[in-house]
Amino acid sequence: MLTEIFKGLSITLRELFKPPVTIQYPEIKRPVRQRFRGRHELRRYADGLERCIGCALCAAACPADAIYVEPAENTDAERYSPGERYAKTYEINMLRCIFCGYCEDACPTDAIVLTDVYELAADKRRDLIYTKDMLILPPPSGKPGTPQQVAEGSYPRSILPEGLVSEP
Amino acid sequence: MGLESKLGNMGVVTARLEDIVNWGRTNAMWPLGFGLACCAIEMMSAQASHYDLSRFGMELMRASPRQADLMIVAGRVSRKMAPVLRRLYDQMPDPKWVLSMGDCASCGGVFNNYAIVQGVDEIVPVDVYVAGCPPRPEALIDGIVKLHEKVRRSHPLKGDREPIRG
Repeated sequence: MLTEIFKGLSITLRELFKPPVTIQYPEIKRPVRQRFRGRHELRRYADGLERCIGCALCAAACPADAIYVEPAENTDAERYSPGERYAKTYEINMLRCIFCGYCEDACPTDAIVLTDVYELAADKRRDLIYTKDMLILPPPSGKPGTPQQVAEGSYPRSILPEGLVSEP
Repeated sequence: MGLESKLGNMGVVTARLEDIVNWGRTNAMWPLGFGLACCAIEMMSAQASHYDLSRFGMELMRASPRQADLMIVAGRVSRKMAPVLRRLYDQMPDPKWVLSMGDCASCGGVFNNYAIVQGVDEIVPVDVYVAGCPPRPEALIDGIVKLHEKVRRSHPLKGDREPIRG
């Protein structure tokens, strides 16, 4: 019986000298996996135009009805995105979103992507409805934001042919 | 004030009573084990050694509401569960806080139907909402840290609760 006690305690002794596994979370953050899906962001083209064309396919694909898109017409004097329309309102309710990534799959212009931000806590429900201003990335350095004034007829299509606008 | 400087020379630290009370409240906030669905798995993970909620003085998930300070509603609340949840909340002694963990508890999440309560704030006042489906243990800890900040800001005697919706 005595040998069993020492056998058991030897495990305790062995574990005592191992480094602790605890991650000191608020100070040290564990890197997430490569395909982790967290908070969304709306991307832009290299010339500063928004990728989102307001087609609302993401809203249609969303199983939780978390996305609300309200499109509006683009003009060449005030251009937000290539093609006819842009998203005037783009809201995602983070408390409905289940981070499945279907919106990412549905998007024809790769405008919406899921990032690795997971710290989504607030003391009001309203603060967790993310608007377009909170989701959209800033324009690339040295490029103007939106709306832009462009030459007439320079963006006839919503989905650009390869090479017309360089990738960010 | 001249008093603090004199006491400081004597090796005495002065503080506001509110700060001391709030410090005590944030550092020993025992949660009520209220796992209802898959969020509970992440809550258990947050208690386990990798994330270790006992660093925040929360190592004890109380089974009894009489010994709990914080109700972590982890999971979807069905209409049948709602009166039970309210009763458990009423049985908790003051001061008490509620953390709504995950989408389902916060607003029904993907279950937008007649069987699930569309947000636990219909029945109890919620202090912090944590988004995620389910939230990572880190996201839960982040919510708890935000709750601690909220408690530190509040006055120990004055209730700064919002009225229950609906």
